[in-house]
Amino acid sequence: MSDAGSSAATRRLDCIVIGGGHNGLVCATYLARAGRSVLVLEAAGRVGGAAVTREFAPGYRVSAGAHLLHLMPRALMDELGLAGQGFTYAGRDLPTTAIAAGLAPLPIGAPGQAALQAVSPRDAAAYPAFSARLRRFAVALYPLLDSIPPRLGSDAWTDRIALLKLGWRIRTLGRREMRELLRIIGMNAYDLIADELETPRLQGALGFDAVLGTNFGPRAPGTVLTLLTRLAAESAAGSSPLAQPRGGLGALSEALAKAAVAAGATVRTGTRVARIRVQADRAVGVVLDSGESIDAGTVISNADAKSTFFKLLGTRHLDTGFVRKVDHLRSRGLAAKLHLALDRLPSFPGLPIAALGGRLLIAPSLDYIERAWDHSKYGECSSAPTLEITLPTVNDPSLAPAGRHVLSAIVQYVPYQPAAGWAAERARYTDVVLATLEAHAPGLRSTVTATEFLTPADLEREFGMSGGHWHHGDLAFDQFYMVRPVPGAAQYRTPVTGLYLCGASCHPGGGVMGLAGRNAARAVLRKAA
Amino acid sequence: MPPNVSPPPHFRKPLLETPFHARARELAQTDHFLPWAGYTTVEVFTSVEQEYFAIRNATTLYDLTPMVKYRIAGPDAVDYLNRLVTRDIRKLKPGRVSYVVWCNDRGHLIDDGTVFRLGAEEFRLCTAERQLDWLLDSSLGFDVEIEEVTTEIAALAVQGPTSCFVLKRFGLAGVERLKVFEIGEYTAGGRPIMVSRTGFTGDLGYELWMRPGDAGSVWDDLMAAGKTRGIRAIGSQALNMARIEAGFLLPNVDFVNAEHTVRVGRARSPLELGLGWLVEFDKPHFNGRRALLEERRRGLKRLLVGLDVSGNKPAHNALLYAEQAGRREVGSVTSALWSPTCKRNIALALIEAPHYAPGTTLWADIYLNRELVWERRMARSTVVDRPFFAPDRRRATPPADR
Repeated sequence: MSDAGSSAATRRLDCIVIGGGHNGLVCATYLARAGRSVLVLEAAGRVGGAAVTREFAPGYRVSAGAHLLHLMPRALMDELGLAGQGFTYAGRDLPTTAIAAGLAPLPIGAPGQAALQAVSPRDAAAYPAFSARLRRFAVALYPLLDSIPPRLGSDAWTDRIALLKLGWRIRTLGRREMRELLRIIGMNAYDLIADELETPRLQGALGFDAVLGTNFGPRAPGTVLTLLTRLAAESAAGSSPLAQPRGGLGALSEALAKAAVAAGATVRTGTRVARIRVQADRAVGVVLDSGESIDAGTVISNADAKSTFFKLLGTRHLDTGFVRKVDHLRSRGLAAKLHLALDRLPSFPGLPIAALGGRLLIAPSLDYIERAWDHSKYGECSSAPTLEITLPTVNDPSLAPAGRHVLSAIVQYVPYQPAAGWAAERARYTDVVLATLEAHAPGLRSTVTATEFLTPADLEREFGMSGGHWHHGDLAFDQFYMVRPVPGAAQYRTPVTGLYLCGASCHPGGGVMGLAGRNAARAVLRKAA
Repeated sequence: MPPNVSPPPHFRKPLLETPFHARARELAQTDHFLPWAGYTTVEVFTSVEQEYFAIRNATTLYDLTPMVKYRIAGPDAVDYLNRLVTRDIRKLKPGRVSYVVWCNDRGHLIDDGTVFRLGAEEFRLCTAERQLDWLLDSSLGFDVEIEEVTTEIAALAVQGPTSCFVLKRFGLAGVERLKVFEIGEYTAGGRPIMVSRTGFTGDLGYELWMRPGDAGSVWDDLMAAGKTRGIRAIGSQALNMARIEAGFLLPNVDFVNAEHTVRVGRARSPLELGLGWLVEFDKPHFNGRRALLEERRRGLKRLLVGLDVSGNKPAHNALLYAEQAGRREVGSVTSALWSPTCKRNIALALIEAPHYAPGTTLWADIYLNRELVWERRMARSTVVDRPFFAPDRRRATPPADR
């Protein structure tokens, strides 16, 4: 891997990928398979970006960003040959359980039908049909995620055909279904879910999926779109998509890197790119923090749009109108991460041991989520946050010393910059989250031996994501599909010739999905063809 | 505004008065005032003909204070302006002025103006309209400070063939050495005055930049110094005549700020406006560069040109046709004038390809209101080069002593 410098010296590289996140690695693999010479430059000491497994307390390891794999299409993983690169699962088909203090846990989905019947026969009848319909919509929309968006206002036949295909796919749902999709797609998740279902915990669990990682409450318009996007990606990931890689999400990144190397790419870690070099209005390579300069015909950035254009490229290579659009990208993250080292497995009253290996949601109602969001709007930390909890050591004991456990929770909504400042707020707020956990799992606090709380500001610092936003920018109608991240860069190409984007800023957005990386590779290859 | 004096309610007095207003008020015999950039300004003092001929034969004073002025300073000021405008600002030396235009992403003109390089890292940008939002958005990623200083500076254009003589007598010793587009710092009667040899008349002339508190006395002293040289205050109408002869463009007359256009196809590129000589593709990236390169590659769809119209009736707003029968419309007039100095009927017109080549004959459809009876004329017109009037005295240094 250290011979990249000499190979670059002898022959000019075709492609440099800045950032070895999952999208960058996927992109590199496809480019290398198409015969391009590819060099991936990762600033951190290991690949993966926010999809890494790292030690947070002596002997305790955790997936520092996303902690479940559920969005990456199975076909993509097969194509990349990840199984052959040592990738295995610690758990698949993981269950989701809604927990609420004082109420019996409610399993969500097919395994929970009996429990739902006991709570609400009406919902037990309505939920499977509702869920199946959303899934049909999701399946119809999936090809949208897996392709380069058309350009707005373009006369090119490729753009027109892409739009026609999209219209046709929606039309083939049938007249009634098409009308229903068009009715709901601009709606908010709150109204849609409340129209169909009555059980607050079930409503909350669905609403949580609609807003995870975004700067929206379930009442915000466009949250049905975010829900359908998630379901669309999940539809290609399997019928029961929640999975946990053995060794955490970092193991997936390691396998992706091996696949890239197997395809012929070179991956250099611990190599931070200082800036992108531009000559005669063309990206011609990069300059590293070390001062080393590497030339390439094409530069592809896995960094988010703001980091790429403002920090790596520089606004002086761009027009004011474009810069204005990038600056206005909404990318304030509101998800934080809590990692706990535990003496023993916690116990949630009434929760079967098998459910501990899945994900536990503390989002007992849509109003509960909305209230949590309300606080964040004013720079406050909610006293009743929503939590997505996993105990990765249940399926994968290797992550902690024998008999010990790790709790990993996504905490929403946590403001990027609380009014009081993080220095004053961190300890107090960690305590609020621990108290919330304690209320649902009495005795848990006394088993905690180490705590790590990553605020959006910490995530920004550690993973270089602007605003600490998980999706490199909100998924919303004005930042979606052919206007994501902004018009003028929505087909992975940028205004500077030879510079491409391949990260979550691009369509179809964030989550460990990998499609932005594959689409970007296609765009690079299409341009060259 | 002193801190203990509360400002008058803005809705009572929506237009500001310049520091020259009291003087202008006294002389504005016909009471023709006009709002310009938030100020009330004079359109005509006495008669437009008198004022026009003073520009070409004597010395005139024109109150420039409403001209919007921005101070742009900082370590990245050169790079910032170079990215903003189409000309290469690196070539502009301290103490010099440059006429510039700036474009949006699509290479369409937002506005034109003048850049004064006051120091290594300090500039002043003068524009007809406010631009602060565009200027600030353009500053992202540049170490530069931008502030509007319009009210801090009073400005007066002193233009005409005897203007240099008047300024010398007024007390600006050495002003005759100032070259076109050069800046000089002077003191007259204890008043610091910055002078630039710039103007909007196409004639010999200067622009004076001073402290607002000095404005009244400078005006009075200039009037006294110019008494034997026919000095006269002029309004915007006379200035407009002179600028058409000089071939200069006026925003909202010859083009519309591209960021203000609503209809598709109404924004204009500098290439289309005949300002291609201001676009320097060889320098580093600037706003609109990629779009302008593409436009140049594809060829211009239209071009703003000069027009020599037969007869003596100005072709105001006339549609232009390729043949006398008036079947094929190929453009329209943006500014028109019977030029008293050139003794020609001239116009600026935007003409579609391929009819804009010099020498092309077009027909202007002119409507005349003759004592409430409308008549129509098809006037033979010829595409000609701009400017229509460019006397040698405009550039002569030192100017003739008269």
